[in-house]
Amino acid sequence: MPHLTFGRHRMRPVANGPAVRGLHGDVSMAELLLRFLLGGVAVSLFAAIAEVFKPKTFSGIFAAAPAVALVSLALLFGQRGGAVVREHALGMAWGGVSFLAYACACVFTTARTRLPVWIGAVVSWAVWFAVAAVGWVWVRPS
Amino acid sequence: MRPEVDFRGLEKPKAWEYAVRFGFGGLVALIASVTGAALGDFAGGLALAFPAILPAALTLVKEHDGRQQASDDARGARLGSVGLTLFALTVLLLGPRGPWLTLPLALLVWAAVAIGTWMLIYGRR
Repeated sequence: MPHLTFGRHRMRPVANGPAVRGLHGDVSMAELLLRFLLGGVAVSLFAAIAEVFKPKTFSGIFAAAPAVALVSLALLFGQRGGAVVREHALGMAWGGVSFLAYACACVFTTARTRLPVWIGAVVSWAVWFAVAAVGWVWVRPS
Repeated sequence: MRPEVDFRGLEKPKAWEYAVRFGFGGLVALIASVTGAALGDFAGGLALAFPAILPAALTLVKEHDGRQQASDDARGARLGSVGLTLFALTVLLLGPRGPWLTLPLALLVWAAVAIGTWMLIYGRR
């Protein structure tokens, strides 16, 4: 079976056919579609669980559930093995710190009555990117 | 304060609101995959914790329940994100043992940390 190359790793493709090509590897369209569907289902499931709980401070926990991560890491385990999953996990751990900073920013912006909630939440993405950039520079293994 | 379960909450969001969450969820999975291929595994992992769904979620909460509830939702997300970090660290630690042990245990850690911190902060009120 032909393999796709991801840097020094080799990946078993989900399907042959068109692919997105990147510096660190290629991803087949079939795999992207699979990830989109599974990611969507996982997030919808956690969103439904959140709707069942009260108060909002508790149901809000599920807004930061590892829904997409579960699906993506499970696929990664099968395709590229535990070593690559661990490299993703390191990035994700820092991403979690970035998420915490982002959520704090959202608490601040949602309290500003003149600012539409969605604008405040979108602008707060800058906080996530800023903290993520710190990790990219200082935490990412060289 | 204790968390309460109310299944009528499932009826509150309209079908298109679930569709929005489905779309954003799928989009994050796509972005994470493409980011990993373009920028490497660390960046792919970062993208797995990108809060793409929260702006839509907070907006929907504000429409249904008001601004204060949206703010409370963001407060809860803070605790979830602490769990998210510990989820990832668990995967980092247990990764070589394979998915069947690692992922369920990491999910358990996420739930324990997020719910535990909620009980510590809000459970005593």
